[in-house]
Amino acid sequence: MQSFMSQWVYTDTVKDHFMNPRNLWKEGEDFTPDGVGEVGSLACGDQMRVGIKVEDGRIKDLRWLTYGCASAIASTSMMSEIAIGMTLEDAYHITPSMITEKLGGLPEHKFHCSVLGDKALRAAIDDYLEKHGMDNPYKGTTARIICECKGVTDQMIEELVKTDKVHNFQELQDATGCCTACGKCKDRILDELNECLHIYGK
Amino acid sequence: MDRYVYLDNNGTTRTADEVLDFMNENSGLYGNASSMHTIGRNAAAGIDWARKEVAALIDAEPEEIFFTSGATESNNTVLNIFRDRADAGEKRNRIIISAVEHPASIETAKYLKKKGYHVDLCPVDRIGRVIPEELEKLMGDDVSLVSVMTGNNETGTIQPVAECAEIAHRYGAYMHTDATQAIGKIPVSVNLLGADYLSLSGHKFYGPKGIGVLYARKGVPLSPFVHGGHQEHGMRAGTYNNQGIYGIGKAAELAALNLVEEHDRLWAMREALRKGIMERIPDVIINGSNDESLCLPGTLNVSFPCAEGESILLYLDLEGIEVSTGSACATGSLEPSYVLLASGLDVELAHGSIRFSFGRYNTMDDVSYVLEKLPPIIEKVRKMSTRRV
Repeated sequence: MQSFMSQWVYTDTVKDHFMNPRNLWKEGEDFTPDGVGEVGSLACGDQMRVGIKVEDGRIKDLRWLTYGCASAIASTSMMSEIAIGMTLEDAYHITPSMITEKLGGLPEHKFHCSVLGDKALRAAIDDYLEKHGMDNPYKGTTARIICECKGVTDQMIEELVKTDKVHNFQELQDATGCCTACGKCKDRILDELNECLHIYGK
Repeated sequence: MDRYVYLDNNGTTRTADEVLDFMNENSGLYGNASSMHTIGRNAAAGIDWARKEVAALIDAEPEEIFFTSGATESNNTVLNIFRDRADAGEKRNRIIISAVEHPASIETAKYLKKKGYHVDLCPVDRIGRVIPEELEKLMGDDVSLVSVMTGNNETGTIQPVAECAEIAHRYGAYMHTDATQAIGKIPVSVNLLGADYLSLSGHKFYGPKGIGVLYARKGVPLSPFVHGGHQEHGMRAGTYNNQGIYGIGKAAELAALNLVEEHDRLWAMREALRKGIMERIPDVIINGSNDESLCLPGTLNVSFPCAEGESILLYLDLEGIEVSTGSACATGSLEPSYVLLASGLDVELAHGSIRFSFGRYNTMDDVSYVLEKLPPIIEKVRKMSTRRV
């Protein structure tokens, strides 16, 4: 008789990190972070907080918490393993694909909403630099231009949504002038805006 | 895996052993039931028997039973009948369905709305129950059809179908009820409910998958909905699904036989789990009603604040406990359960909802197993969470 056995929902690595999350921020643990970052919104059911300890320009230690699905838990756990020991500069440039690659892949629909660990880590580094009165040499270095005519980047959009200045396409256009020249970028602008609204929207 | 505890019976049920045996015993009835020869006529006799069994289960006449591929087809068909009537220039051209209908109705209605047809959603109260006064407010002499499910698949909430039917009929509209979840759990009579149309699926009450029924009361609007043959009084063409039909017939016979006893057994397990969860886990919210007369007996829908549903589902899966969740993460959509949101539940609580649904193969041992495994999982997920109870 032929028998059918399915794979688990995610890869073995995801399963391992889901079952045994690394560097979890345990209650009552003696961990005083130098910087803390939080991203995500309950609208999509994922929210995470990352705390870092910094020594000699490197991430010495990291703890995280997440309200989210299995892939959110596993990807944040994986991010923590990647980031610890990295220089702030390298850590700032961790991308979602670096995390998902190490996890052995994630389903397409899980990619955008659940891999937020890199963003929370960047927020924590921003917070660390700000708290310590240091210049932030990294801000803007990960930017990708979306509207070429007006030079609007993904980071500009992210920042405007994050700081509650932009809530829809019209407001974004008023603030940046995006899509007012050739208009070719509109779909990509909307994708980016929707993603940011999703992550940071109230 | 040492142990499986299947608590997703509202999703689908295990085909009953009696049903499988019956289908196998009748594997000789393979003839095309439309054929004139003996093998064909024997197959047709089996289909006649099954039609009577299903009719008896819902207090209908055999001629009012049309076999379909399942309730999704039946629901689509009913809405499309009234779409066609609107196309034909009928002045009654508005459909009202409840906000908590199954996607088989909601998505069809949304599609019709997008195409320019008039569709309204009737709101529900905190337990997800249609508010008859709100339906009354939406009614008018342009309404052709009202569709309200018998019992909800997510919360188990039993709807005031008879009351809604009385309102619909008073305004000259027809009444449809999707009884898919209610069949085999509570008594369903098309006459007591006042239903002109009813949908059901075999696989929700221990019958096979891929077979269902559209009940259409004698004299209500109905026209051929699958073309290409004279089967099902010329309404639904296609060679008969003999084995599927025998299976749903046997499942209907079993359901009628076991209804009272099964109801009490399911309710006892549901209540034992509810009480056990409330004793062992702090800060839980029960969605729907805990009143036996307002809730399908096997359904328990619980929200765990500060914990996300997909994580809970998958930690339970690793312990062999199979449930479902209203979290968006589990469906691939961005929105959590529209049923819970329509009942006024907060987004976070909808993301953190878990549905346990019992069936005839569950026992009290399963309840104990869940009560042993669930509390540490909720504690673990909550400790990992950015949110605090």
